[in-house]
Amino acid sequence: MAQPSPTSSAALRQRDVALVDLLDRVLAGGVVIAGEITLSIADVDLVRISLRALIASVRSIAGDQDGDPP
Amino acid sequence: MTRDAYTWLYAIASAADDRPDPGRLSGVAGERPRLLTSEGLAAVVGSVPPSDFDATALQQHLQDPAWLEAAVRAHHRVVDVLAQSSHALPLRFATLYHDDQRVLDLLQQHRRAFQAALERIAGRMEWGVKGYLDTAHRPPDEDADSTGTPSPGRPGTAYLLRRRAARDQAGRALDDAAERAGQIHRRLAEYADEATEHPLQSAEMTAVRDPMVLNGAYLVGRGRAQGFTDLLADLRQAHAPALRVELTGPWPPYSFVELPTTDGGR
Repeated sequence: MAQPSPTSSAALRQRDVALVDLLDRVLAGGVVIAGEITLSIADVDLVRISLRALIASVRSIAGDQDGDPP
Repeated sequence: MTRDAYTWLYAIASAADDRPDPGRLSGVAGERPRLLTSEGLAAVVGSVPPSDFDATALQQHLQDPAWLEAAVRAHHRVVDVLAQSSHALPLRFATLYHDDQRVLDLLQQHRRAFQAALERIAGRMEWGVKGYLDTAHRPPDEDADSTGTPSPGRPGTAYLLRRRAARDQAGRALDDAAERAGQIHRRLAEYADEATEHPLQSAEMTAVRDPMVLNGAYLVGRGRAQGFTDLLADLRQAHAPALRVELTGPWPPYSFVELPTTDGGR
């Protein structure tokens, strides 16, 4: 996480994506094709708990930039 | 293929597409993603170590926010680069196979379905629209203010009346915002090729105190993106005092991929 990003446009785009929006799509949206070890992780309570922890920790790192508009 | 690596699936694309070399990217395990091709289809995959990605290890990693964020962002980075420059079906995070051969079998068994799915999303991208009840810009509550005029002998009653009025007004504002959100969704859905709604995110998730009333996703042709954002600007203005509307995207069409699912073991 702490690794420096190259200043390419792709890296900039990447940073701009809010994690919560990404999780909506990457975890809850899309599809899973069942294979022997595919996990349907979005349905697991565990994941909801870890997502809450994730969002909280990301927010504390990012500071209050997502707060109320001026 | 030995079992010292599992095969992580990022996306499925048409093999004919002129796509970027995924090997320049870094995958969920820091690996170099690569292509598996079969009869006109290409799967973008990565080899990941079972020590981090078997069911037990993965469940444990998912509880580590730093690990999960890095992996989710890596997955998205690979998918996004492909989707920007070619037609690719993005797969959900943690779609794993025992080895490359299983993925090749999958491509072969469901070739028609994959091709149909690729056609559905060809030349289209996904846009996200979120709507929040805008409490900061809500007009002051006149009813509550007048009810709140102190009545000398009964401060307790006045307080309760004030509280009730405020609660009623907040409820009405939320109903109004939800109604407006429905209107916006219908208008955007008419314009888009396809539309869907994600579950509303809680304030805990968004770090936005205002309640979310819309979390829509819209599949729009690249050539009509400007029209979509123009329409959204109009809608935003029309509902401005009551609703705050945010646009995200364009996204790979994560929310509009329907692929054949096979049974657990096969």
